[in-house]
Formats: sequence, C-alpha cells, structure tokens
Amino acid sequence: MIDTRDIFGALALTLELASVTTLLLLLLGTPLAWWLARSRSWRSDVVGTLVALPLVMPPTVLGFYLLIALGPSGLGGLFGLRSLAFSFPGLVIGSVIYSMPFVVQPVRSAFEAVGDRPLEVAATLRAGPLDRFFTVAVPLARSGFLTGAVLGFAHTVGEFGVVLMIGGNVPGKTRVLSIAIFDYVEQLRFADAHIVAGGMLVFSFLVILAMSRIGRRLGEIAP
Amino acid sequence: MSRREAPPGAEAPGLDVRLAGRRGGFALDAAFTAPARGVTALFGPSGSGKTSLLRSIAGLVRLAGRVVAGGEVWQEGERFVPPHRRAVGYVFQEASLFAHLTVEANLVYGARRTEGGVDAGLRREVVALLSLAPLLSRSTADLSGGERQRVAIGRAILSRPRLMLMDEPLSGLDHLAKNEILPFLERLGSSLDLPILYVSHDLAEIERLADRIVVVEDGRIRAAGGLNAALTDVGLGFVRDPRAAAVLPARVTAYAAEDGLSELDLCGQSLFVEGIGAAEIGIERRVRIAASDVSLARAPLGPSTILNALRVEIVAIEPGTGAADLAILLALEGAADFTFVAKVTRRSAGRLELAVGDRLFAQIKSVSLATSPMPRSR
Repeated sequence: MIDTRDIFGALALTLELASVTTLLLLLLGTPLAWWLARSRSWRSDVVGTLVALPLVMPPTVLGFYLLIALGPSGLGGLFGLRSLAFSFPGLVIGSVIYSMPFVVQPVRSAFEAVGDRPLEVAATLRAGPLDRFFTVAVPLARSGFLTGAVLGFAHTVGEFGVVLMIGGNVPGKTRVLSIAIFDYVEQLRFADAHIVAGGMLVFSFLVILAMSRIGRRLGEIAP
Repeated sequence: MSRREAPPGAEAPGLDVRLAGRRGGFALDAAFTAPARGVTALFGPSGSGKTSLLRSIAGLVRLAGRVVAGGEVWQEGERFVPPHRRAVGYVFQEASLFAHLTVEANLVYGARRTEGGVDAGLRREVVALLSLAPLLSRSTADLSGGERQRVAIGRAILSRPRLMLMDEPLSGLDHLAKNEILPFLERLGSSLDLPILYVSHDLAEIERLADRIVVVEDGRIRAAGGLNAALTDVGLGFVRDPRAAAVLPARVTAYAAEDGLSELDLCGQSLFVEGIGAAEIGIERRVRIAASDVSLARAPLGPSTILNALRVEIVAIEPGTGAADLAILLALEGAADFTFVAKVTRRSAGRLELAVGDRLFAQIKSVSLATSPMPRSR
C-alpha cells in the first residue's frame, strides 16, 4: 500500500527547502561572489576556500558541527530555544552552507569572465558603481546566475547527510525526499522507495539537460 | 559638483595634465596641455605610457598630480573625481560594446546618464556623422570591427563629453576597416568643439588626423607642439624615417575642370594638387609632402613634367635614413614655420655645395592630400 500523502508531504517540504535555500543563496552569494571575483587579497583566498569546503568535506562532518552550532550554546540559545536543530530554519541554515559553493562558484566565474573592461567602459559613460553592477556586471554574468540557481536548487533537493545530522526525520518539518527514501528502504517499502528514487532520477536528468540547453542558448545570444 | 571656471579673458587650455606615479614597475612623469579644440596626438612606441596617461586622465587609475579639463578640476591634491563623474568620452582600443545590449541601447547608454538625458538633435547628428542608421537595429554580435568602433565612438560623443580620449581606436582593425573609419575620425576633429586626445604609434594615422602632437617616451613627454613642427624637428628624428613627410595647411584657390587639378595657396606660393572639387575653393586643406618626393635645384624649373616647385631656404642639414643620404630641412621663402624635408644623396648635396641659408628651388614630384575629401554634408 503506497502512502501518497506521506510522499507528497516530503515532496512539498523538499521543494520549499530548496526554493528558500536557493533564494537566500542568490541574495547572499551574489555580493560574496562579486567580492571573491574582484579582490586579490589573501582574505578572499581564505574565504574562497571556506566557501568551497563543503565540496570535499563529508556531509556528516558539516552536520556534526552544525548540530553543535545550532544547539543551546550556539544559535539556538541566541534565539531563546533549546536548539535550532530538528527544525525547518535549522535545515535552511544547513542547506545554505552546504550548497553555497554550487551557487557562489558559477556566479564568481561568470563575474571573472566579464572582466574589468565593460565596467570601465560603463564608468566612462557616467555609470556609478551600483549602476555598473546592475546594468552591466549582472546581465553579462546571467548564465552564471542561471547555472548557480539550478545547481543550488538541485543540490539542496539531493542533500542527505547534513539533513540527517541536523534535521532528523520529523514528518512535515524535516523529512525531505532523500530521507524518505532511506526510511522506506529501512522499512522494506520498496514500492514507495522506487517511486521517490525514480522521480529523483528523472528530476536530476532533467536538471542537467536543462542546464546544457540554457548554456547553449545563452552562448548563441552572447558572443 | 563644484566647478572652478577659468577667469574670463584668460585663454584656458582645453586640457591641462600633470601626472606622475608608478604603474607596475613603470615610472610615469608627464605634463602637457591640449587646446580647447582639435586633435592632439599622443605619439610614442608601445609601452611608453600613452595608455596609462589616458587611463589616469579618465580617472580609471589614480596617479598623483593634476587634471583640469574644460575648466573643470578633475584631480588636484587630495581631490579626485571618480571616473563616472568626469565628462569624458573614452574610445578603447577594441570597441567594447556591451554584448547584452542592442546597438541602439549601447549608443544611448552614456547619454541616458547625463543631465537632461538623450539629446535627440545630437543623436541625429551623431547617427548621420558616423553613418549609424543601418546599424541601429542590428545585434552587436553581427557588426564588423569597423562598425563596432563607429558605434563606440558615437556612444562616447552622445554622452556629451568635455574631452574625448581615443586609445588607438584603429589598431585592432584591418586595412580596409581602417580606411573606412579614418574619414569619420577626420570629420570628428573638425566638427567637435572639444579637445580630442588621440593615442597612436602609427605616424600615417597621426599625419591625417592630428593638429598637435605630444611625443611620449619612457613615461615622459619628449616634445609637444604643432604637427608639422614636430614632423620636421630634427631633434625628434622623424626626418630620418624612410617615410618622412611634412603636413602643411594650404588654401584652395582655383579648380580646373578640364584636367582635374586644383591650385592651392601655400603661404603665397602655388601648389597643384588633384582630388579637390570646385566646391572646396576657399577651404583650407592639409597637403602632405614626402621627403623622398622632393629634389633640390639651384635654378628655377626648366622644361619638366614636374608641376610643383617652391622657393625655399635651407634651415638645416642632417644625416638621413641611410649612410648615403642626407635630410635637408627646408623652409618656404618668407615663412619660417612652413618647413618640410628633402631627402637627397650626399653626393648630390656635395655637387651642389648645399649649405644652411642657401636659397633654392624645391621640386616636388607629388603632393598629396593628407586627409580624405571633405564630406558633402557640412
């Protein structure tokens, strides 16, 4: 007997988490990527390394430290709670950190590819720093934003280790699709696992396909 | 923004620059002025600091010193006006059009950010001057190199600058595209009421475009002055160049329709040149006299196919291009400013016993126009 309510609950939560995370990442990641792309100081090297860490670190390591950081002596205490772990905001914080490199890297590379020249041209045409950023740098880096948004979203949908460590498995609050699959398999509910896993497979395939199509389209428009 | 205007009556230069500093292991120390109108060429070999100078005048990089353009202080002491508050029109070496905007949007990008926005009348003039009408609806990616550079020039003019800075705008173009743009640039110099700084290491371009020349060498100003004064300055070495030439202003006085030759008045003496129409009688044109086309004679011209002979006086005798050559610096009789060079062999000079102060006749095999025909619409 397949419990569709169960699956849809997990699906809705997953999409919500991925959307909120992607939005936050674009807001926080854009200025960070801009700074990383333009600064040549040692500080930017250190920060760039920190941002990239989730690429190589086991998710459980990040999850462990987040569990501590979100706890009563960390962020949780700050908000007067026992802990932010095992809650949706906690998951968002974890996802933002874990998916950060997938958004910051493409946006940073795109900013770097834009180079100094178009911004200098804009400056000689009376555009101030913010004006240049929004009317020249961002539009010219749009393929990086698109790639970053898609990758950040997809990566958040697929994350498992960090969620397991800090989110646990609370239905409707922290039980996302990847956890649901793990759950179903443990309970030997292979039919449910098949539906979710198959859905994720198709989703991943479509994401990668869409990205290469978008990349080609943008490549045709911009030289 | 506070403006410090020059006191009334004082003839303020269009541009007054005094900049010094280091740019990546390279020392720059330069001071020069440019008049309020016309093209001043910054000439020098690659890596001599011309581009760095231009960039610091625009405020893209900061050197120590002073920049005053059109009576407005852009830099002095601690004061440093950021580039987007300097009314400068900058044309870069490669036409840096914004790839995400249409030609039309590129054209008005700067104008939209000026006080009062896009000036429709000026926009029409610029579109006509640079023949941009057929390009407006095209994508920037479809433009040729020459077309891109024309749009970039138009975009700079439309931003209503007090100063135009052009950094080798032709260097990235092939021969055909260069010849397509040069007439537009010649027109700019005479139609824009502002100083134009034109960076180039190509003397042929400068002969066609510049009114004045500032010679830059190793980050310093080696010489500055009128174009022909520099071209014929023996200290600067242009006269030893195999393609040495002089560029002189001459007024068109008559046109003979039967053989297509026009008569020009060069400081009281006549020159015959082809390629000028009757419509240009009374107009001043620049003629180019190549040193290798000039020969000298003690006596006036006998029967000869050579049309042009000028009465001259020898000002200086210098070593020429090769060991067998001399560069003889000449001035028109009664006009010490009208100088040009004759390239003669040492043997001929010895045979004629040429000496400074000698008055003789310069026969000129061919005199060409230094610039393209005047545009009809002006």
